[in-house]
Amino acid sequence: MATKAFQKIYTRLEAITKATVSLRAKGVSNDELATVSGRLAQVVRTKGDMVTLQVFAGTEGIPTDSEVTFLGEPPTLKVSDQLSGRFFNAYGDPIDGGPEIDGEIRQIGGPSVNPYKRRQPSELIPTGIAGIDLNNTIVSGQKIPFFADPDQPYNQVMADVALRADVDKIILGGMGLTNDDYLFFRHAFEGAGALEKIICFVNTTENPPVERLLIPDMALTAAEYFAVDKNEKVLVLLTDMTLYADALSIVSNRMDQIPSKDSMPGSLYSDLAKIYEKAVQLPTGGSITIIAVTTLNDGDITHAIPDNTGYITEGQLFLRADSDTGKVIIDPFRSLSRLKQLVQNKKTREDHSQVMNASVRLYADAQNAKTKLENGFDLSDYDHRCLAYAKEYATRLLSIDVNIKIDEMLDTAWELFSKYFSKAETGIKQALIDKYWK
Amino acid sequence: MKTTGTVTGIVSNLVTIRVDGPVAENEICFIDLHGVKMMAEVIKVNGDLAQVQVFESTRGLKNGDKAEFEGRMLEATLGPGLLSSVYDGLQNDLTTMENVFLQRGEYTDPLDRKKLWEFTPLAKAGDKVIAADWLGEVKEGWLPHKIMVPFSFKGEFTVKSVIEAGSYNVDTVIATLINEEGAEVPVTMTQKWPVKVAIKGYKEKPRPNRIMETGVRVIDTLNPIAEGGTGFIPGPFGCGKTVLQHAIAKQGDADVIVMAACGERANEVVEIFTEFPELIDPHTGRHLMERTTIICNTSNMPVAAREASVYTAMTICEYYRAMGLKCLLLADSTSRWAQALREMSNRMEELPGADAFPVDLSAIISNFYARAGMVVLNNGNTGAVTFIGTVSPAGGNLKEPVTESTKKAARCFYALEQNRADQKRYPAVSPLDSYSKYLEYPEIEHYLDETIEKGWVEKVKKAKNIIRRGKEAAEQINILGDDGVPMSYHVSFWKSELVDFVILQQDGFDPVDSLCPLERQKFMLDMILDICDKDFDFEDYERCRDFFKELINMFRQMNYSEFMSENFEKYRKSTLKFVEDYGN
Repeated sequence: MATKAFQKIYTRLEAITKATVSLRAKGVSNDELATVSGRLAQVVRTKGDMVTLQVFAGTEGIPTDSEVTFLGEPPTLKVSDQLSGRFFNAYGDPIDGGPEIDGEIRQIGGPSVNPYKRRQPSELIPTGIAGIDLNNTIVSGQKIPFFADPDQPYNQVMADVALRADVDKIILGGMGLTNDDYLFFRHAFEGAGALEKIICFVNTTENPPVERLLIPDMALTAAEYFAVDKNEKVLVLLTDMTLYADALSIVSNRMDQIPSKDSMPGSLYSDLAKIYEKAVQLPTGGSITIIAVTTLNDGDITHAIPDNTGYITEGQLFLRADSDTGKVIIDPFRSLSRLKQLVQNKKTREDHSQVMNASVRLYADAQNAKTKLENGFDLSDYDHRCLAYAKEYATRLLSIDVNIKIDEMLDTAWELFSKYFSKAETGIKQALIDKYWK
Repeated sequence: MKTTGTVTGIVSNLVTIRVDGPVAENEICFIDLHGVKMMAEVIKVNGDLAQVQVFESTRGLKNGDKAEFEGRMLEATLGPGLLSSVYDGLQNDLTTMENVFLQRGEYTDPLDRKKLWEFTPLAKAGDKVIAADWLGEVKEGWLPHKIMVPFSFKGEFTVKSVIEAGSYNVDTVIATLINEEGAEVPVTMTQKWPVKVAIKGYKEKPRPNRIMETGVRVIDTLNPIAEGGTGFIPGPFGCGKTVLQHAIAKQGDADVIVMAACGERANEVVEIFTEFPELIDPHTGRHLMERTTIICNTSNMPVAAREASVYTAMTICEYYRAMGLKCLLLADSTSRWAQALREMSNRMEELPGADAFPVDLSAIISNFYARAGMVVLNNGNTGAVTFIGTVSPAGGNLKEPVTESTKKAARCFYALEQNRADQKRYPAVSPLDSYSKYLEYPEIEHYLDETIEKGWVEKVKKAKNIIRRGKEAAEQINILGDDGVPMSYHVSFWKSELVDFVILQQDGFDPVDSLCPLERQKFMLDMILDICDKDFDFEDYERCRDFFKELINMFRQMNYSEFMSENFEKYRKSTLKFVEDYGN
């Protein structure tokens, strides 16, 4: 970002922490950008003449006589159709060797949509993964994270979902991606020949952590351009939101704020909500759907980050390694899509919700049978059938490597029902049994 | 002369202003940002420095920017037309805003100033009146909306004249009063009131003495909430807090419902204003939206206005209560409000209490809950504000400051259990942890004796006891195995399952089962208790299980059938026969 002419240059820092610097300056506005020794920084506090700046790239090696220039405006992104197919860093500068973008300058982190101007989400986003489409159907305008332990292949699943989803634009916001994962996304998108509908904002582990704080706003500003101005269906992928929250806690800690639960800032809920609530179905047809990743510490969803996320998002998709089949599955018990009833049986076949409920209930019976087995009790014939069913259900439907159409998922479920159970044991409505029983 | 000031410090939405004159705690000021006037509220004063919380994003604000103080607190505008409106936390009408995005400094009028209302006088010249007395009435939907002597009027007034019946807009002077000094005071259909101050203007606030029907069995039967009572619903995410609140909003026996969506998901608000206009109020047959006001400050809207939103909602309820109406206030979620307080306290660098919440959190919460209640108006009529708030405890752990503070203030506690939600036992209200203090009120017991039947509270206790014993039996069965316990344990367990499946669980999406009137609740509880009174013995536990499973299934079919319909009778008879046949 260019420095404007006739800007006053300050050369004396009064205080330096790992993430912030403070100096005396006049006429500074809140949220405004500045450069400190050439590094980008943002105003986070003013008190009288004392201004505190958050330095995105960190303050290593910054001397007290650094040159500080204020740029007069908050972080911006140039938006136009030229964004398509490009890769950017956290500041919105190209990192793919391509030319600079021409377009309208927009401030990132802009205002919220008037809730009254929203529409109720009603369009299904098929992913081919039965753990999602069958059990936790995603709807455009929804916001939903994957909850996954760090060893789960969440980025691969997300790339699969993105490439199969029928959307106009896919915008990736990568925070703290390893270089390998960044290259993985790049190759996956290039390999699928989908590059022209992809836009990536990437902060890798090689970049300073505080820079990550810009990524979601950059990605969502681009998303709003395509959804609001161009009436397009936009899918935003944010990975990994846990690393984003960690960066928040670093800054709040350096500013001497009192931490709340799990050393997270007290404003964590609002900070996350500001991002996730950008998901929207607009009356003009455009929409922003957000699929995020929140990595967990050993499956602990009571930690402040997944806990606050769960209160904000419309459900969560829980990835789990299934020891019976050796597959990674989408856990049908702990996963939830709060918007699924808006499309099930309406945009999908009439038997969808009944088949979903029956198959999950029988899977739960299998878990009970397993517990009985582990506790050394005898199994009934029904228990044995449940266990056999669970294995096949996990392999053919819950596993993340499934890629079939929704009707096929329903047919597969019916096939499993008739293979292992009597009609009455499924508890499905008679009319549907008559029509679909195999 | 208005006090003015200059910005001298900014941290997020906490702004410090050096003032040139007197300012009051909670006074409203407008900060000028290049011509955009942003509303803010004074929360702390130190010397000539006032700290204010800004109800908007402070991006671009500079030290040196000017502010002007208004000499008043944050006020709600009250008058006909509040119902079926959708407001933000500061009572701006969201439906009349043009932009897709919320603009800073865009404040819209809460009331339609042009709309005409059919006015009928209730007072006449020569009447002596005081604040909150009724002067006239307009029809708002089907509700009689009283036009009152403004709450802020002090002392006694004499009515000089009241306008004759006819159609007028809200700004028409409908009455002229003469105060004690002999001066004339005009009264229109609207008035303003500071939201953080409770509206008094009533004779007394007796203990609640009747229950508010919600049609939800686990509330009405087991832990009823009183009209004018308070309750709260804590629960981890995904346990059905919002679904339960929506059910209460749809079915609650109240004249006016105010829903405060406080720091929650915008799509949930969209659901309300997409579905409510289609739904019918089961008590009056009118559209639900006609009796509903939505105050919406979703999680991405400015944090400071979150606090304002619950106060605005409460003020509107108190206003309708003064008309002798039954109001129900639902706030989802009060934790978000508490978090907003925490953010401000943190920015002001106050010494924190538990979990970094402000130390006066408990006092703020109990003050707010105290504004609910049943009142006897000056003219002898009664009105009520019933308040139910949800709490979103961090990590689902109920030992956290917001839950604990609320527990001290609210009289009903509806604990949502993760375990019940996982088993899809909805509503996931824990039957044993939840309570209603109102069941201990002699007034309420008397009311239940009169309206349901003598000795009702004893029956409720009996049902709870069956569940408790069932839970103990289940624990023993889990430890010792199905064959390791006497048959009576299995019977106890299955009796509690019977109560659970038939009384506690309720299908919120089924048109019949979702709304269960008191009469029907009594009928079902009687049937279930009769069966639970019987002694059962089975050859083995599988027989026991099969018997009760079948029985539960038959009862569920009853729950799905219209009360006393042919189908209902059919299932009832076959259920009775099934129980009779047992043992033969």
